Amino acid sequence: MLVGFLSAAIIAGTPLLFATLGEIFSQKAGHLNLGVEGMMYMGAIIGFIVGLNTHNPLLAMLGAVLAGAVGALLYAFLTVSLRVNQTVCGLTLTIFGEGFASFLGTSIMGSIVPGDIKSFFVARPIPVLSSLPYIGDILFNQDVFVYFGYITIIASTYYLFRTKKGLNLRAVGESAAAADASGINVSLYKYVHILLGGALCGLGGAYMSLVTVPVWQEHIIAGRGWIAVALVIFASWNPIKAMIGAFLFGGLSILGFRLQSMGIHISQYLIDMLPYAATIIIVIISTRKNKKEDMPPADLGNPYFREER
Amino acid sequence: MKKLTKFLALALTVTMSMTALVGCGGGNEQPAAEAGDATAEVTKVGFIYIGSQNDGGYSQAQHNGTKAVQEYFGDKVETIIAENVAEEKQTVKTTAINMIDQGASIVVGTSFGFMDALEELATEYPEVTFLHFSGYKMNETNFGNYFGAMEEPRYLSGMIAGMMTETNKLGYVAAFPYTEVHIGIDAFALGAQSVNPDVEVKVVYVNSWNDPANEKAAAESLLAQDCDIITQHGDSAGPQLAAEAAGKLAVGYNLDNSKVAPGSFLTAPVWHHDKYLIPTIEKIIAGEYVPESYYGTMQDGYLGLAPMTELVPQDVQDKVNEVAAKMEAGEFPVFVGPIYDTEGNELVAEGETLDRAAIWTVMQNLVKGVSAVN
Repeated sequence: MLVGFLSAAIIAGTPLLFATLGEIFSQKAGHLNLGVEGMMYMGAIIGFIVGLNTHNPLLAMLGAVLAGAVGALLYAFLTVSLRVNQTVCGLTLTIFGEGFASFLGTSIMGSIVPGDIKSFFVARPIPVLSSLPYIGDILFNQDVFVYFGYITIIASTYYLFRTKKGLNLRAVGESAAAADASGINVSLYKYVHILLGGALCGLGGAYMSLVTVPVWQEHIIAGRGWIAVALVIFASWNPIKAMIGAFLFGGLSILGFRLQSMGIHISQYLIDMLPYAATIIIVIISTRKNKKEDMPPADLGNPYFREER
Repeated sequence: MKKLTKFLALALTVTMSMTALVGCGGGNEQPAAEAGDATAEVTKVGFIYIGSQNDGGYSQAQHNGTKAVQEYFGDKVETIIAENVAEEKQTVKTTAINMIDQGASIVVGTSFGFMDALEELATEYPEVTFLHFSGYKMNETNFGNYFGAMEEPRYLSGMIAGMMTETNKLGYVAAFPYTEVHIGIDAFALGAQSVNPDVEVKVVYVNSWNDPANEKAAAESLLAQDCDIITQHGDSAGPQLAAEAAGKLAVGYNLDNSKVAPGSFLTAPVWHHDKYLIPTIEKIIAGEYVPESYYGTMQDGYLGLAPMTELVPQDVQDKVNEVAAKMEAGEFPVFVGPIYDTEGNELVAEGETLDRAAIWTVMQNLVKGVSAVN
């Protein structure tokens, strides 16, 4: 019973994992991109359309990556090159993305993900690891998209904290001016990582449309992009914590249904509130502890004008 | 240069917002029925949907009615459609007035939350007739409402589930804990109990009409509790997909989803809105319409079951068809005593039959055999 619940929590958390990681990259580059929800919608619809037409799961994922990146490119052009207000721009991107998905989805509403893609994303136990007690069934008896999520988290952690480029990226987020002075190409770093962030958000959206509910319907993201934004703070900009948080929040999102079906009464609204309440508590705790690595990138949200240095 | 960049920024932002608007609004492009020769009198009928016309659920079922109207009347009627209209009074009024400006003499609002707007419009536009699905307000001249006895096909679908379940546990993915939903749950449970007294119906509320992923997750939680047939009162195919993935069965709602989830789909209680709309619009055109509070039944053909799929054994189909035939003859009321609530208190006395008004008060309660927390 518990194993079943936790296994379902991983699945519910996977779109959050990708989206949160994407937003971490964007924020590490100093850009608060509130367009997560919109980029998820863009990835969801393009991934779905590509999958529908090619019957190829990898091309579908690639389509989602590109769609998310294109959304992020719009945002990056506006906020990095034109220095438009990041909050406004991100919100616009969210509205744009949902409209974009609804618009393109009109003609394929109710279409089903082709069988070859569905069967590609069935649970595939990993030899040896999946026979571990409890953990095996929960973590290592999932679909390949989930495994890809694990790999992405590990790779991102390594990249951010163990490579020169990762160090440069963090420098850009902490102080674009200082990074610039030390010879880092600030705009390039910003563009690349905002786009990478968008690509990951697109993948999160594609998970919703290709795996979670493999039928095209409107409202499939249903606010998960916003949960991802909260998760970034919850995870204090750390990919490993983001993964734990994503699975935790994913679990919370389905906990209410599990309890109801067992006849246990806790208000659904209360449970829906928990991720956000937890985020607020984490923010309070981390602010009080004032540990440097738990703080947001110092230059987050500030447009960078080289001339004003 | 600075001016140019500012202009570019503005232009991009504006374009993005515009595209979003187009995406959301998407609606009013219904191919107007060929007007033919302009001399023929064309009646324009506006339909307001809360979702999009191919949402795979509620609004699509409404749109099927609209299409049937268009087909039946041909050149004599032109339909105007507005999709994704939010349940805000001003939005609804603006949408309806826009239709009236285009010449609509009939406006049909198909969601409960449109009621107050339509009521005001009926006073402001006495020459236009307003029809409202699922509401209770009306007037004596130009504002009527319609709804139907969804409990009848729900009861039938309950019979199917009751006969086919192996675990004697049925799962019900419900939108919100309120009367219309509870009437459906009760009818489903009574139908199942009529053929299988040991059956239990477990309910999970999603607190949303349309959240595919959560509806699927809710169904998964019921499947984990040993429910082997899932039904739903919500818009998405999520529950049917969850049942299919688990190798279990499902009863849908609103639409024949046999193609979306062929591995699980048994049938679905469905609306036939055209059975009300066509004769009513005919009366309005003829100037003979008197506002009424229409409550369609299976006898009127207003409701029914989608064709049962091959997954339903023939003997089950036969039994269901037998009761369906009685309902179609108007001889099989759903809520007949004795009916008890979940605590065992008597809701309907032996020999008593609930009439329409009583159904909407008494059946707010859940019946014995249903387990739900909210």
